[in-house]
Amino acid sequence: MLKREFGKSRGHGPLADKIFKIAATAAGAYVLAVILVMVLQLGWESGPLWQEEGIEFIWGTDWNAVEGRESYGALPYIIGTLVTSAIAMIIAVPLSIGVAMFVLTAPKRISEPMGYMVELIAAVPSVVFGLWGLLVFRMYFKDLIEQPLHDAFGDSIFLFSGNPFGLDILSAGIILAIMIIPTISAISRETMLAVPQQQKEAAYMLGSTTWEMFRLAVFPYSKAGLVGASIMGLGRAVGETMAVTMIIGNATGFAAIPNSLFDPGQTMPSIIANEFIEASPASIHVSALIAVGLVLFLIAMAINVVAHFLVTRMLKIREGAVNN
Amino acid sequence: MFKANVKNRLLVDKIMTGVVITCTLVAIIPLLWILGTLVYGGAGALSWEFFTEEPGAIGSGVPPAIGPAIQGTIIIIGLSSLIGVPIGIMSGIYLAEFGGSWFSKQIRFFTDVFMEFPSIVLGVFAFLAIVLIVGHFSIWAGAFALSLIMFPIVARATEEALKMVPYSVREAGTALGLRKWIVTLRIIIPAAKKAILTGILLAVSRISGETAPLIMTVLGSSQFFGGFDAPIDALPLRIWRFSLQPYDEARLSGWGAALVLVLIILAIHIAVRYWFMNRRKSMGMSPRLSKVGV
Repeated sequence: MLKREFGKSRGHGPLADKIFKIAATAAGAYVLAVILVMVLQLGWESGPLWQEEGIEFIWGTDWNAVEGRESYGALPYIIGTLVTSAIAMIIAVPLSIGVAMFVLTAPKRISEPMGYMVELIAAVPSVVFGLWGLLVFRMYFKDLIEQPLHDAFGDSIFLFSGNPFGLDILSAGIILAIMIIPTISAISRETMLAVPQQQKEAAYMLGSTTWEMFRLAVFPYSKAGLVGASIMGLGRAVGETMAVTMIIGNATGFAAIPNSLFDPGQTMPSIIANEFIEASPASIHVSALIAVGLVLFLIAMAINVVAHFLVTRMLKIREGAVNN
Repeated sequence: MFKANVKNRLLVDKIMTGVVITCTLVAIIPLLWILGTLVYGGAGALSWEFFTEEPGAIGSGVPPAIGPAIQGTIIIIGLSSLIGVPIGIMSGIYLAEFGGSWFSKQIRFFTDVFMEFPSIVLGVFAFLAIVLIVGHFSIWAGAFALSLIMFPIVARATEEALKMVPYSVREAGTALGLRKWIVTLRIIIPAAKKAILTGILLAVSRISGETAPLIMTVLGSSQFFGGFDAPIDALPLRIWRFSLQPYDEARLSGWGAALVLVLIILAIHIAVRYWFMNRRKSMGMSPRLSKVGV
């Protein structure tokens, strides 16, 4: 066996290793190439739209696909994305941090199955969330929460002034919140675990309760990581397509800008999902949708880069502390 | 002074414990609600015909079947694995065996970022890159789009798996006079194959539920496989179509199809989990790792 290994037959010379390294590096760089090509293609194919509308596309509110009167603006969908994501974050971030705290401090027999179930939420496909939201959740939510709120506060608080049909930004925001809880809670848990044991023990030594230990030792130390976890959830919410498409009510143009929580809306992913197939290639409708996709791409990329940066910085600090 | 507020502090601690438990329950209730609804609403649709026949005409009173959808899902998953798994494994090998340089740090960073891209954008990209070029909807476009979702998951899983193999094994291989590529492919990968397979399975379970990238690449259809250049159906697409039809039997089929899809995904997850029961730190192979954007 050794004789064959030592021979300079094919596969055993240094060239083979060089080829291997090149192949592996190429595979690694594939992701960079894809990102680059994607940006270029999206930019190129949406060119006709940018030529027609210019940079005003980003704050325009028209959405007219009729030939001869075409006019497009992405602002309603940017607003829709921001509003639904904001609603989702307001609900999901406190819940997720609570879940993370629970999993960290509960006895293992309870925390393991509960923690696993929260993570299983992430395994449910988006379209199933949409189906459930559309056919089940919406009915209960509309009758038990939206209608009473509208009847009681519809005139006084603008947030509740729209007529509730259940297909609106509030429902979409809540479903989004459920979907991003696993992401935020899992990363929050890792962040809080990364707090050095000495900090936690020092807090206990000073006589603090469990909650006070979190307040004194964990939260100040892991602030950056928790923010990173939340932004990671935001990135997920921004890109979420199917569940939102099925619940948000499919408004277009100026009507898609919500005036109350119970108004229908539209997000950047949902307008693409709703209209891409039927957009006539003769018009610049398709280019408009691709342009929306480009804007979405850039926003999601920026959010995810920031989130990853914050989280990896937090985890690196832990490695540094452990090594020292 | 210290004794005076101990009661208050203990009370606050108890309240916060309650708050935290409530948070967890609130997070879990929707999951249980969804699973219950799926079983309750979808079990009635399940039958041999449901799994094997074509949907048929709309509004005919019979719950439309999902035969082509199941077949399409299997075909698309197979094709996208064909593209995504080799790239993912080689990428993981790069990160684990040739890592450490600034360049590899960037690649790792962008691989992680790419995992969370909105999948609708990936679908549009596949549309532009393939459908526009060949002039029609095509299974390859859908497979390509899904492979873009797959390969970062497989890459990170492979990297973690390879890192778990002790360095002494690599040194032993080199000491025997073996080239690095032989050591990596013939020794390290087989040693890590369980973990790599886990990553692949989780990636598969992730893409089996993806709808958005398929909308504009394979379009969906009501017929069985008609060639690689024709539209094809897929379970998530069919569920979406069912949800848009106002007929009761379409709703019933929607629940049934959703039940089938979720059962497949749960089966993969639970199989992965129990395959790794003896490994304490299953390298973070949680559903979260594989599910982020759609």
